[in-house]
Amino acid sequence: MNAPAPVKISVRNLYKIFGPRPEAALADVRKGMGKTELLENGKHVLGLSDINIDMRAGQITVIMGLSGSGKSTLVRHLNRLIEPTTGQILIDGTDVTGLSPEGLRRLRQDQMTMVFQKFALLPHRTVLENAALALEVKGVPLAERSAEAMKWLERVGLGNFADRHPHRLSGGMQQRVGIARALASNAPILLMDEAFSALDPLIRTDMQNLLLQLQTELHKTIIFISHDLDEALKLADHLVILKDGCVVQQGDPQGIVLHPRDPYIVDFVSDINRARVLRVRSVMTPGLSDDMPPETVDTETTLEALIALSDGDTHRAYTVLNKGQPAGRIDMRDVVRALVPKVG
Amino acid sequence: MAAYTQLFDTLGLRAWCDAGSTGGPMTMAQLLAKAKAQSGGAEEVAFWSRPFPSLDVLNESCNAIWRTRDLTAAVESLFMGMKDGLKLVLDPLTQPLSWALTGTLKGFAFLPWWLTMLLVLLVVQRVTRSRGLTAFVGAAMLGLALIDHFDAAIQTFAIILVCTAISVLLGLPIGILMSKSDRAQKAVLPVLDLLQTLPSFVYLIPLIFLFSVTEPKLYGIAIILYAIVPIIRLTDLGIRLVDPDVTEAADAFGMTRWQKLVKVELPLALPNIMAGLNQTIMMSLAMVVIASLVSAPGLGVLVLRGINNLELGVGLVAGLGIVLLAIILDRVTKTALSRMNAGDQP
Ligand SMILES: Nc1ncnc2c1ncn2[C@@H]1O[C@H](COP(=O)(O)OP(=O)(O)OP(=O)(O)O)[C@@H](O)[C@H]1O
Ligand SMILES: [Mg+2]
Repeated sequence: MNAPAPVKISVRNLYKIFGPRPEAALADVRKGMGKTELLENGKHVLGLSDINIDMRAGQITVIMGLSGSGKSTLVRHLNRLIEPTTGQILIDGTDVTGLSPEGLRRLRQDQMTMVFQKFALLPHRTVLENAALALEVKGVPLAERSAEAMKWLERVGLGNFADRHPHRLSGGMQQRVGIARALASNAPILLMDEAFSALDPLIRTDMQNLLLQLQTELHKTIIFISHDLDEALKLADHLVILKDGCVVQQGDPQGIVLHPRDPYIVDFVSDINRARVLRVRSVMTPGLSDDMPPETVDTETTLEALIALSDGDTHRAYTVLNKGQPAGRIDMRDVVRALVPKVG
Repeated sequence: MAAYTQLFDTLGLRAWCDAGSTGGPMTMAQLLAKAKAQSGGAEEVAFWSRPFPSLDVLNESCNAIWRTRDLTAAVESLFMGMKDGLKLVLDPLTQPLSWALTGTLKGFAFLPWWLTMLLVLLVVQRVTRSRGLTAFVGAAMLGLALIDHFDAAIQTFAIILVCTAISVLLGLPIGILMSKSDRAQKAVLPVLDLLQTLPSFVYLIPLIFLFSVTEPKLYGIAIILYAIVPIIRLTDLGIRLVDPDVTEAADAFGMTRWQKLVKVELPLALPNIMAGLNQTIMMSLAMVVIASLVSAPGLGVLVLRGINNLELGVGLVAGLGIVLLAIILDRVTKTALSRMNAGDQP
């Protein structure tokens, strides 16, 4: 990839311990006590332990982990729905943990917006009134905020449902309202806590595509929580894997699939369809030579698409184009090799 | 000789007992004993047939001990001592209640009967959107008017209206406070339990001493104390039951506490609050009948006359009017409530 985008949100040495005396427990955690020990020793739950993540502007950072690994806790620290035990959260360089209540409200109104797993729409309001909520909170006049909300409802395909009440809509449609509500606030940061987990698989795929499509135009900084690796790999520019409150690995999702650093991740990764996840750029040999193959393929093509293109012929090779310019080559034999998880 | 004389003698308290002679009126038991003209000679009382050593019995053996009548007299004088102070604070505080009650009663009395009926029907139609119910209310009013009970029914209704409005005005903020603070909830709940378990007559006793029976606020306070409980309870409950996901969303969008309360918590708690309102109205109605004992006008007065003068018909017909009023109030509020629950905006 090109020059990395600037860091929008930076989490530094973040710890969160739930319980009556978190400070005392923090000392134990710093000495290396794990989640289970801590729970046995006292009534404290280790929510997050020494989290360091840079989330870049315009990218989708996916935070993945099993149930109870601390994903929701982490994302709620970003807008301080949960107070950290210690650590820093820098947004555009300012530390959120030091904000006054008024400053915090500003941040939530102007900088960040959120989409929820259970939609969290207001049942007594119409779809349009729901979508206009963020603007209403900011004090935008009715006509203006309705027009803006309507624009986003149309954008997510719900223009005809503006006057309905949310409970008359299907789950997928309700979550579209949730997305329209979040986008209408016009905040640069979008937090999504398992936003698609409550939806049927097909609708879920639809919603993922909708999000990716919106993102190509909007370039928001999106923090997406998921417990589903396929979803995570589909959406992520940057993937963070959490386990028991600790980051076990983070980085380019392709890199994590090819080089898992932890048995926990190996387990995760062994179940996925690698051909669909891996892209040409992760497997290709960079650099140009004199005898480049005549056929070409783009860096972002998935291996699955490439195999279809090659008709399953393992003797072929392609020149890889990055934004139209030749950048390297790929042999089908390397492709086949990449499809088998490395052992050890 | 009284039952426990020996006891005081053995304890060597005889001198103390005789010194503090209380005198005063005879106890009921003494009166009865005198009437039977018993010979005072039954010296020994068998151990197993001795009466319970109550204050009165002990007093027979030892004059220094208070009788129960002395105790009630002390409570009374204590209360009377506080009365002036209490009155000084409570009187101006509750005066608006008197004004509201007399004002509303006079207002309804001033309106011609047909205008009153029309207004009531308009309101019923507006809140229920049910033609059938409106027709029923109309028929009920005409029926009551035909048997000359309409004015009394409207008086009862006016009192309920004022007392319910004030219950909501006071109960809603208290309920909100309770829902926001566990400490407030802990402090208020026992009071609510007390108000709900006390028989309604018991409220009336101290109120009668505090205020004169001719003041409307006397029955106003009695009704409100009794009827305010459900609206407080259900406001508290309703707000506590609001989906935490939705309140979290309210926070995430940067709402102030006030915005959250008005835009999210109260609307979502509204079905519960309205259920509380329904109960508050019904309890006001129950109490307004009892309150006719302390000069509350309306149908209750007629029932009371039926009881006092043994005019069975008067009491029964007025009672029927109360039942009719109860049905109307209950149906109208319940229909409005279910319309609200259906989520349809008007
Ligand atoms: N308020 C709280 N008090 C005590 N423990 C808590 C609290 N909130 C979360 N936890 C604990 O912190 C850990 C992380 O919880 P969190 O909700 O962040 O997990 P998650 O990864 O979002 O899981 P899920 O997929 O189930 O949503 C869990 O062990 C949970 O029990
Ligand atoms: Mg979660």
